Amino acid sequence: MSEKKDMDLTLKIWRQKDAQDKGQMVNYPVKSISPDSSFLEMLDVLNEDLVNKGDEPVAFDHDCREGICGMCSLYINGEAHGPDRKVTTCQLHMRKFKDGDTITIEPWRANAFPVLKDLVVDRSSFDRIQQAGGFISVNTSGNTQDANAIPISKIDADNAMDAATCIGCGACVATCKNASAMLFVSAKVAQFSLLPQGKVERKERVLNMVHQMDLEGFGNCTNTGACEVECPKGISLENIAIMNTEYLKASISKKA
Amino acid sequence: MKSSISRKILMALSGFFLMFFLLQHLSINILSVISPDMFNEVSHFMGYNPIIQFIMQPILIFGLLFHLIMGMYLEYQNNKARIKKYVNNKPNTNSPWVSRNMIISGITVLAFLILHMSDFWAHEMNYKYIAGSPEDPTRYWEELHHEMGEMSHLIIYTIANIFLALHLLHGFQSSFQSVGFNNNKYTPTLKKLGNVYAILIPLGFIFIAFFHFFTQSH
Ligand code: HEM
Ligand code: SF4
Ligand code: FES
Repeated sequence: MSEKKDMDLTLKIWRQKDAQDKGQMVNYPVKSISPDSSFLEMLDVLNEDLVNKGDEPVAFDHDCREGICGMCSLYINGEAHGPDRKVTTCQLHMRKFKDGDTITIEPWRANAFPVLKDLVVDRSSFDRIQQAGGFISVNTSGNTQDANAIPISKIDADNAMDAATCIGCGACVATCKNASAMLFVSAKVAQFSLLPQGKVERKERVLNMVHQMDLEGFGNCTNTGACEVECPKGISLENIAIMNTEYLKASISKKA
Repeated sequence: MKSSISRKILMALSGFFLMFFLLQHLSINILSVISPDMFNEVSHFMGYNPIIQFIMQPILIFGLLFHLIMGMYLEYQNNKARIKKYVNNKPNTNSPWVSRNMIISGITVLAFLILHMSDFWAHEMNYKYIAGSPEDPTRYWEELHHEMGEMSHLIIYTIANIFLALHLLHGFQSSFQSVGFNNNKYTPTLKKLGNVYAILIPLGFIFIAFFHFFTQSH
C-alpha cells in the first residue's frame, strides 16, 4: 500500500452521445480515489456514481486491464495513455496524480479513428491494414516443416519479437501531429520481413499495407518521433526506416 | 509519387540535394572573405559556364520548387488527417519544436529566398540577358560587398539563417530516416554530424554577412 492518502479530483471528460453528436467537455468531481487504483478503476468509480444517480455512464474501451490487449486508449492531460511512459492506460496508476488535480480525458483524435461514443473510437482501420497483408499465408501440405529447422539469427529474432509486441492500441496515431499510422504499420511489416517465413510475401505485404494505410486517411510521417515516446510497448522508429527501405525496394521491382 | 512513402522519400532526396547545394554555396561565398580575386574568378566561372547556367541552375530551381511545393502539400494533407483537434495537447513532452514546425522554418527560409533572389539573381539575369552588359570578370566582389553594406540586410540575413539552422536541425537526420537509413551503429554519430552541419552552415553565411558589413569603407 502506498503512503499517499486518497485524492479528490476534477475530471474534464469528452461526452458525445453517438457518432453524429457534436460532443463537448463535461466536468465531473470524483472523491476519495485511492492512489493505488488504476486509471480505469478510477473511471469505474465515477461510472458507479453516475449510474446510481441515474445518469449515462462514460463509455470507454478496455478489456484485459493488464497491458496486453491494446483495447484501452484515452488522451489524458494532453498525452496518449497519460503522463507515464511505456504503459497503457489500464496500467497507469492514480499515484501519478495529486490530490486536487484537474484531469482532461479525451478520445483518440484522427479522421481514421472516428468517435463512436464518448471516449470510444473505431479502430477498424487498423484491422483493414492488417488484412491487407499483415500475415503469413500458411498453405499446409500435410507434412509441415518443423519451424526450428530454419535457423534464424538471434538479432533478427529479437528485433522481430520486439516489433511483434505492438498491441495495436493506436497511441502512435493519437500522438502524431499528422495522425500518421507509420509506427503501427512498420511494426507489422518489420516483424515479418525480418524472418525467413515472412520474406516470401514481403513485397506484396508492404505495398498492400501501405496502400491500405493511405486509403484510410492517416497522415504522412514527418519523423517527429512522438509515436516512439508515447508507444506503450516502446516500438522503435527503426521499424519505420525498415518499412521505408522495404517499400522502396518493392516498388522499384514490382507493381502493386 | 502516389503513396505516402514515395512522397516522403522524394522529399528527403530533394532535401539531400538542397543540403549539398548549401555546402557548395557556402564554400564559394567563403572565398569572398579570403580573397576578392579568387571570389571573382569562381563567380565568373559559375555565371558564364554553360553547363552550370543551363543545366545545373535549372535543376536547382526545379529541386527547390519541388521541395517547397511538396512540403506545403504534405503539411496541408497532414493537417487534414485530424480535423477535430485535442482540447488539451502537450506535444512538447514527446517531440522537439523543430521537428513539428518545419513548415514555419521552411516558409521563413522561402521568404528570405525571394528577397535574396531579387538581390542577386534578378540582378544577374538583368545584367546578362536584359541589359546585355558585357562580361566583366571583376565585378562580383564589389557587388556583393556593396549589397551587404546595409544594416537591414545584415539583420534579415541573420534571422533567415537562424531559421535555416532550425530547419536543418530536424531536416538533416530526418532525411536519413526517410530513405530508410537508421541503425544503432551509425545513427547516433549521424545525428551529431547533422547538428554540426545544421549549425555550421548557417553560421558560415552569417559570418560572411558580418564580415562584409563591418569591413565597409564608407
Ligand atoms: C535551401 C533551403 C532548404 C533546405 C536545405 C531544406 C532541407 C530540408 C530537409 C533536409 C528536409 C527533411 C526531409 C525529410 O524529412 O525527409 C526538409 C523538410 C521540409 N522542408 Fe525544407 N529545406 C529548404 C527549404 C525549404 C523551403 C523554402 C520550404 C518552404 C515551405 C521547406 C519546407 C519543408 C517542409 C514542410 C519539410 C517537412 C516535410 C516532411 O518532413 O515531410 N523547406 N527540408
Ligand atoms: S506501435 Fe505502439 S502505440 Fe502504435 S499501435 Fe503499436 S503498441 Fe500502440
Ligand atoms: S485494457 Fe488491455 S491493454 Fe489496457
